[in-house]
Amino acid sequence: MRAVVRRRLSSGAIVSVPLLWTLAFLFVPYLIMFTYSFYQKTFPMFVPAFQFGNYLTIISDPQYYQVLFRTFKIASIVSTAALLVAYPLTYFLVFQLKSSRLRTLLYMAVIVPLWVSYLLRAYTWKTILGNEGILNSFLVWMNILSEPTDIFLYNQFSMVVTLTCIFIPFMVMPIYTALEKVPRSMIEASKDLGVGPFRTFLRVTLPLSMPGVIAGLTFTFCLTFGDFVAPFLVGGPNGFMIANIVQTQFGAALNWPLGAALSIVMLMIVLTIISLSDRLERAGRIDLG
Amino acid sequence: MGNIIQIENVTKTYRGGIVAVDDLSLDVGEGEFVTLLGPSGCGKTTTLRMVAGFETPTNGRIYLAGEDVTELPPYRRQVNTVFQDYALFPHMTIRDNVGYGLRVSGVPKTDIAPKVFEALTTVGLLDKADAWPSNLSGGQKQRVALARALVRKPKVLLLDEPLSALDAKLREAMQVELKHLHRRLGLTFVFVTHDQTEALIMSDRVVVMDRGRIVQAGTPTDLYDHPATPYVANFIGTSNMIAGEVSFANGELTAVRFDGGEVRCASGGGRFSVGEKVIASVRPEKVHLHGKGEFPPDHTVISGTVMDSLFHGNTFRLEVDIRQGEPFLVDIQLKTGVELAQLPAAGSAIDLVIDPWTVSVFPVEPEEMP
Repeated sequence: MRAVVRRRLSSGAIVSVPLLWTLAFLFVPYLIMFTYSFYQKTFPMFVPAFQFGNYLTIISDPQYYQVLFRTFKIASIVSTAALLVAYPLTYFLVFQLKSSRLRTLLYMAVIVPLWVSYLLRAYTWKTILGNEGILNSFLVWMNILSEPTDIFLYNQFSMVVTLTCIFIPFMVMPIYTALEKVPRSMIEASKDLGVGPFRTFLRVTLPLSMPGVIAGLTFTFCLTFGDFVAPFLVGGPNGFMIANIVQTQFGAALNWPLGAALSIVMLMIVLTIISLSDRLERAGRIDLG
Repeated sequence: MGNIIQIENVTKTYRGGIVAVDDLSLDVGEGEFVTLLGPSGCGKTTTLRMVAGFETPTNGRIYLAGEDVTELPPYRRQVNTVFQDYALFPHMTIRDNVGYGLRVSGVPKTDIAPKVFEALTTVGLLDKADAWPSNLSGGQKQRVALARALVRKPKVLLLDEPLSALDAKLREAMQVELKHLHRRLGLTFVFVTHDQTEALIMSDRVVVMDRGRIVQAGTPTDLYDHPATPYVANFIGTSNMIAGEVSFANGELTAVRFDGGEVRCASGGGRFSVGEKVIASVRPEKVHLHGKGEFPPDHTVISGTVMDSLFHGNTFRLEVDIRQGEPFLVDIQLKTGVELAQLPAAGSAIDLVIDPWTVSVFPVEPEEMP
């Protein structure tokens, strides 16, 4: 009896440290933020209150809801683009490459950029797409353009390109894992039953790799949705995303209550996406055993 | 009865120079149940996969019903495979699994339903049509895989160690069931296994393979009673191997002398000359204890000492020292309880009687093909 109690106590002690940590540094800050979102802004800062004015501003002021829509749109485009690039690439790595050493090498080549500073990778695109950049120089050198153009940088296009490139590893990783788990014998069984390679892909390989696709879409969407560096570096005037607005509210605008309300809205959207994907993944979960 | 499969001088070499199948030729008759038997790595699965189309031979041709299919992809061949791990599609019901090939290749829905019904009836799983693969037992998955392979009415059914994942009792039941199914459908079965009992029970013909080559092919009884090499004698059933020297040879009898005596062999007459080093092999159950009864004069008697006796349930296995390397094994069938008391105890001297027709003689060097 006593041993059981002691074991419970010790396991409780082990769990309590990370539990307290999350409580103190995750839940408490969120709770404070949640409280702030109902506060009233009054010069010079804000006063405690319970009113929905901040949330009303977000859904009534086009300045805010338009940015929210734009962020949603860009996150959708980025995750779709990442999927369209990552899936064929990963499929090639897993199924077409015969040499496993080369496969690991190329897989690492996709993943290693994650260890490179995010800022550095975003800057890279600035040097590629910019007025004096590699792309412009190349086009001028090829005589396709007579002089460098500005159309590549500081717009939503450059943002999508940059974000897609930065977040692609998060798409490749889950798809790679999912494709590797597809038993080769199932693909062979499909062909054995008279089904050609393309339809085998549509009917067997793709459905069996869906968990990876869903996970990848969720990662890239949520990461893009909360991004504020790419819009800042390569986004230009109409490239602001919701996270930039939040940053401004807590910074220059000194409107913490509105910033808090925007953060809560963001959080809700991301949580919805995650729970949705979790449910999808659960519904489509397949017992490969 | 024509040949449905013709494998002509097929070689499969993998990257790194590993030869999986080495100049193998084999004809399979229509309606035949052929088993490829051998240890892992002997090339039996590779051979099956080349017939299915999953591997392309490095050399040689494969014909299916007279048509050269060597280069054809698997989805253009009229053969179907039952996979070792069943390979049922986890995202489809049993009904959809069985109907998959028909559905995707555009067979009208109204035609698919009766075919699926028939295939599931054949394997006795009609009541599971709407279940998912993950809810079936191993034996049931096995049957679904079988139904799925049969539904397209292939010319040949290929089975790649399909019973290896089942437990012993279920495996025995499935062996009999497969054999009956084969008889009922009249379809050609090519079965791959490393289990010699399975091969003996089910097949019309067993093809024993070793290192990418066929060592011997024949009916199960043929292989058992007349193994062509010590390898076959050892792989199929248990054999006592006696190394010795030919002491006498004429057209009818060969006598092999070893340290503990001499054993006579009636088969293989004329193949050996006096003085040649050979191996004589005899099955444990073909050896008798010298009792009171008479025995024909051509039988051999060998004296030995009982080292141990092991109870095997339906038999007693005696380990007898006859003064050569390994203990000599003798299986004694127990018919009544009375004989139990008469079993020689460990340490007692006994005489063993061997019928020359049950002894095989092989040259010492297992024939390495040129």
